[in-house]
Amino acid sequence: MSSVVLITIISLSLLGIIAALILYFVAQKFKVYEDPRIDQVEEALPGANCGGCGFAGCRNFAEAIVKSETFDGLNCPVGGGETMAKIAEILDRKVPEVEPRVAVVRCNGTPEHRKKTSEYNGALNCTIANSLYTGESDCPYGCLGLGECVEACDFNAMYMDSETGLPVIIDDNCVACGACVKACPRNIIELRKKARKDRKIYVSCVNEDKGGPARKACKVACIGCGKCEKVCNYDAITISNNLAFIDSDKCVFCRKCVPECPTGAILELNFPPRKTAKKEQEEKVKA
Amino acid sequence: MLKTFPKGGVHPPENKISAAAGIDVLPLPEQVTIPISQHLGAPAEPAVAKGDTVKAGQIIATSKGFVSANIHSSVSGKVFKVDKAVDASGYKKMSVIINVEGDEWLDTIDTGSEHKKDITLNSEEIIKRCAENGIVGMGGATFPSHVKLSIPPGKHCDVLIINGVECEPYLTSDHRLMLERTGELITGISILMKALKVERAMIGIEKNKTDAIEKLREYTSGIDGISVHALKVKYPQGGEKQLITALLNREVPSGGLPVDVGTVVHNVGTAYAVYEAVQKNKPLVERVVTVTGKELGKPVNVLARIGTPVSKLIEFAGGLPDNTAKIVNGGPMMGKALANLSAPVTKGTSGLIVFREEEARRKETGPCIRCGKCITACAMGLEPYLLMSLTEKDMHERSEKEKIMDCMECGSCSYICPANRPLLDYIRLGKATVGKMIRERKQK
Repeated sequence: MSSVVLITIISLSLLGIIAALILYFVAQKFKVYEDPRIDQVEEALPGANCGGCGFAGCRNFAEAIVKSETFDGLNCPVGGGETMAKIAEILDRKVPEVEPRVAVVRCNGTPEHRKKTSEYNGALNCTIANSLYTGESDCPYGCLGLGECVEACDFNAMYMDSETGLPVIIDDNCVACGACVKACPRNIIELRKKARKDRKIYVSCVNEDKGGPARKACKVACIGCGKCEKVCNYDAITISNNLAFIDSDKCVFCRKCVPECPTGAILELNFPPRKTAKKEQEEKVKA
Repeated sequence: MLKTFPKGGVHPPENKISAAAGIDVLPLPEQVTIPISQHLGAPAEPAVAKGDTVKAGQIIATSKGFVSANIHSSVSGKVFKVDKAVDASGYKKMSVIINVEGDEWLDTIDTGSEHKKDITLNSEEIIKRCAENGIVGMGGATFPSHVKLSIPPGKHCDVLIINGVECEPYLTSDHRLMLERTGELITGISILMKALKVERAMIGIEKNKTDAIEKLREYTSGIDGISVHALKVKYPQGGEKQLITALLNREVPSGGLPVDVGTVVHNVGTAYAVYEAVQKNKPLVERVVTVTGKELGKPVNVLARIGTPVSKLIEFAGGLPDNTAKIVNGGPMMGKALANLSAPVTKGTSGLIVFREEEARRKETGPCIRCGKCITACAMGLEPYLLMSLTEKDMHERSEKEKIMDCMECGSCSYICPANRPLLDYIRLGKATVGKMIRERKQK
């Protein structure tokens, strides 16, 4: 009886050893060398696989960044500076300077600004509506309001405002991954430099029509008059195709252009009230 | 038993309200807006400038490339401007806008109504005439006809099919054309046969147009090679591939063209336009448009000049009823809602349908219950529900394998869906994306 047990143990152990040896040699033969830093970098990344960096997922980005000599064109917008610093440490490179960005919706076509001229009754998808016609207003450039950008956002940084019919970006949640920019069939959303206290100055319009038709379709459309361009001392504003654009890298937030705009297409957000306005208010209080 | 195509199909209510209304000539408008792209392929290039005086039939935009078409002035007058103007979708497209002055035609064009039967030109000359006169497919796809008539080397064509099916509900423009321009149409068919060098032509007409079938049979009785075939009423029989299967029992391979199975299909409207182009040297500057609707005062079939604002046609048909909710450009199955009443009639405008509030609105969409009705209805043998979900999930490689590009956008799936799902809308979106993918792959 004991011999049977013994033989079983010995034979099974032998089989195990042989299998282990085969496995060892096979593993040696077909070994794939993988940079251990890829795993480390992947660990440091947020792991959301959002695609904001332009790669399919965090692993692909880690592979690319380890392979590449520099940080050129490689940036994780979600993790931001902190993550990039960590990666730089792992790879023993200099920390790249990355400016944080934030998404901005360049349309202010609320129902009071933009007259509704038709009613859309088709599939609730911006790309489909865009391919069919100009949308519920006469503006062929403005927001269609069907929320494809909100659906594309993986970070709860957007919602549709039911009153204005326009998407709203929650600055604190926005990681500038660019998913909404890609989702919008009308290229309304732009990634702009994030400023102190989330301050923003931008032309909230993408209408490239001439002044007349643009204004007719929407009260707050940019009519391309060029007044803002003239008043800007920093060459931050350019006009092309009847549309003004403020370069967020050059803008110094002086706010000179905002009152110049005859249609109110330039928006200033998160600023304290203007001095003159403040004085007026104080006077009112006094009176 | 009547012939028809074997796979799929639906039976929407016919509503051919304007079938008895003869073709009326629409009075000239004060201004026409002629888009430079009214065909499939490259847009034409404007050949006139602001202030130029033009005559009817004069070229105002020249075709660019082989798959493109000349655009002619449909009126005589002065060019008001060459600028972007709104089209049926509300988007602005480059157009030539002409203020109408009188009605003077080019001297080279025979504007008489005499029926010229003798065909003097040879095949090459006929094709050249079609190209010069900007003839495109009048069934709706507006594919340049000279391209279809030029059989590529190595291919052989033995029979011409003439599409008189008009399977779209409401539309009657082809029907009226077959009844009122029968002789000219037959000559047009003979011209097409000569251009293609074929001995045989088959005219396919659905059984709901008995008068047209009889009249065409009477006119073709003495002519060898042309035969008229009555077909069972079923949508989308007017689809090229469906009509070929119905008449010849040949199946066009996936991604192929009718010429791959030895045939070419032309619409009756095109055959008539070819007659005018070849026998009278008259370019494509006017077409028959059905203006119809249940509430419309006087549903009509009108011969309208290209570029006439849609509002003029509706005015002619008795004006816009108060409860109008939607106007569809084209048939109710494949047409698109108009965004704008100032949009012009183009070479592809087969009809304008005025819908009431209760007819216009889509019903509420529900979830897909996998009933498979869309699969049964699809005349191309596709799985619409699958193509829609693949598109929604951005799985475009897979939808390419599922032959999304074979979809001809007939809309039978959306029509039959008990949950009112926007199947075709998503399939169109998927087709656009897959088409882009294929083009990018080819460029590499």
